[in-house]
Amino acid sequence: MLSKVAERVYWIARYMERVESTARLISIYDNLLFDLPRSVNIDWYNLIVINSLETEFDQRYSVKNERNVIKFLLGDSTNPASVFSSLKSVRENVRTTRDVVPEATWELTNELSMFVEENINQGINRRQRHEFLNHIIKGCQQILGMLYGSMPHDAPWQFLCLGRNLERADMTTRILDAGTTAYIVLSDDDGAINSRQIVLGNVLRSLCADQAYRRIMRSTIKPGPVLEFLLDNTDFPRSITFCHHSLLANSTKLPSSKKVIQKLSDIQEDLKRNTQPYTELNSELSQYLNQLQIYHGEIHQVICDTWFPRWD
Amino acid sequence: MKETWNKYQSDKFYDELISSPTRARKPAQKLVSYLKSLEESDLNSRQQAAEATIREMGVSFTVYTEEGSIDRAWPFDIIPRVISKRQWEKTSAGLIQRLQALNLFIDDLYHDQKIIKDGVIPKFVFDQSKNYRKECEGISPPFGVWAHICGTDLVRDADGEFYVLEDNLRVPSGVSYMLENRSIMKRIFPEIFEKVDIAPVNDYPDKLLETLSSLSPRKNKEPCVVVLTPGIFNSAYFEHAFLAQRMGAELVEGSDLIVQSDNCVYMKTIAGLKRVDVMYRRIDDEFLDPEVFNKHSTLGVAGLMRAWRDGNIAMANAPGAGVADDKVIYAFVPKMIKYYLDQDPLIPNVETYLCYDDAQRSFVLENLDKLVVKPANESGGYGILIGPHSTKKERETFAQLIKKNPRNYIAQPTLALSTAPTITGNNELGARHVDLRPFILQSNSSFVTTGGLTRVAMKEGSLVVNSSQGGGSKDTWIVDTERG
Repeated sequence: MLSKVAERVYWIARYMERVESTARLISIYDNLLFDLPRSVNIDWYNLIVINSLETEFDQRYSVKNERNVIKFLLGDSTNPASVFSSLKSVRENVRTTRDVVPEATWELTNELSMFVEENINQGINRRQRHEFLNHIIKGCQQILGMLYGSMPHDAPWQFLCLGRNLERADMTTRILDAGTTAYIVLSDDDGAINSRQIVLGNVLRSLCADQAYRRIMRSTIKPGPVLEFLLDNTDFPRSITFCHHSLLANSTKLPSSKKVIQKLSDIQEDLKRNTQPYTELNSELSQYLNQLQIYHGEIHQVICDTWFPRWD
Repeated sequence: MKETWNKYQSDKFYDELISSPTRARKPAQKLVSYLKSLEESDLNSRQQAAEATIREMGVSFTVYTEEGSIDRAWPFDIIPRVISKRQWEKTSAGLIQRLQALNLFIDDLYHDQKIIKDGVIPKFVFDQSKNYRKECEGISPPFGVWAHICGTDLVRDADGEFYVLEDNLRVPSGVSYMLENRSIMKRIFPEIFEKVDIAPVNDYPDKLLETLSSLSPRKNKEPCVVVLTPGIFNSAYFEHAFLAQRMGAELVEGSDLIVQSDNCVYMKTIAGLKRVDVMYRRIDDEFLDPEVFNKHSTLGVAGLMRAWRDGNIAMANAPGAGVADDKVIYAFVPKMIKYYLDQDPLIPNVETYLCYDDAQRSFVLENLDKLVVKPANESGGYGILIGPHSTKKERETFAQLIKKNPRNYIAQPTLALSTAPTITGNNELGARHVDLRPFILQSNSSFVTTGGLTRVAMKEGSLVVNSSQGGGSKDTWIVDTERG
């Protein structure tokens, strides 16, 4: 498989995952804000902070209100991480890798990006937003399902999984981080206990994890088990540990993967050594999540150096 | 839409579907009676459905403009063009004959030049040929074939005969659109495929892969075949990707390849370097190898020509094959067929005046308002003068151009290109001019596509069918009328 094609497939998966996560995040956030007491000072701008997009946002908008945040995250072509731009990147990458991904990928990607382009206003206005975001999420899942059902599990597939698992792990750290920020803000509030519960529940929902959490952890929503589930569970596809294990499994199926495997194993060792179980959403957890994000950057780098090297 | 249909006519021209108003030609009879059975409004709604399908399928081509390149949806008209199987068999044989002669000619040209020594073609024609490559002299590609893939443009004149308008031997495009047009039709008119015996077209990618594989220098190994594209900004990128995908070949750009000191070509893969055996290149000669041709080209691969000369990689079409893609050479093809094959051409050329000849030139200059003048080495319909549609000023410009460089111009009579009914909006049908580009393959055997790409000039009276200049396309049906 050509290095360049592998790189593009890897990015298809990352962008696709980003589209789905962003859509899900916005739709959950809507819910969250409805449920919290009006006195609570959590606003839409948090979504910009989660995604580390403050600089880009501040350059474009002076008012940090709902409309601008949503516009920036969904439809802004100057924001490379917006749903619109990400889908455009998916489309460009699919267009240049049509020889390795199933034919239907191209058609479905086209359909989805056309839908977003034509209906972006539905997402910006609250009334139809839910429906709009749902359509995007379904579109992403349709493509993933099609790939899962029809793509041979050889090299292109492994690159798709690498991209997806790395982006997922990273998104889980970001959503947890956002939850932690909200959690800390709420600590001085009177209705805090109830509100904190709501925040935790929404963290789980943002990661599609609430049902699985209840079934596997057999617990009410409490910080200790939630963190254990999202950080250490080995079976849930969006937990950090699951994603890291998968990255390792994907890498071993690819040629010349020694350095990547080494890096992933090192990180796993490191995490095992330093982890005392986290039971609270506090600044220590925040630091830990930050460390994970740094690791994810390093994993990305070693993947690039190994399989997408510049030969000259 | 019986009424719309009965109103349709194409006076003065040969029409592909009707022989006279209300009378369908035999191979088109079932199609026409089916179309008549549709509601008037059906026509537009199906045309719209086709356009939506095209957008969803992402069938596109790129147009270059001053503001940058734009990806446009492929223009398509849903009324097919129909040709009888018997006629097509005859035409196919003529196309194969033609490409065989052209390949013998190219091979001769890069070796002994017997055809010149025997005085069939004058020598000076080559001295000024833009696409003659000195670097190719003395090289013998597999089977003596240089042009493995040829797109030949056919037109039908008022007499209903097919004529060859030009041979495209460099990097002809359009075959993917031919295949996509059929897929679109199957989605838009599924009913009709049950009623009419339409020959399938989808064997082309397999035949292309067979042709390419047969050229591999390493006979004992499964050949590694790649399609070399200039990249996503090329107008035919869609096609490059499409063909690579259908053949299961790697789609590569120059930057994916490297020539090592063993003069072999390798591609950069996730498992290191892998040797390439056959390259279907979709880049013009000049950009193939900065060591030999254009030094500033970043599209090609440094050392590619070394590897090819050493026989370590096969290229289709071979470098230098474009020498026959010259409209002056075109005029000599009937003579070539006689000279190399000792046969009469099965498909005639369009009558062609060579401006380097004094008598022919003065005839051309006197009749500029009646003729079509073409530069010898352009493609895409650029740089052409269509006499009857031209202004006085344009004719004067061309007269100057011809006098300045007579070898570089040819002229042909303005043909009464055949027409086919085409949707013109408001559920109306209009007669629009069409041509046909079949694709011919040759290695150790030959193959012709079933039909080809029908291009249609969407504007009334226009003869320009190029998609870059507002042309559209139609599905082309080869129909067996003998099997009922």
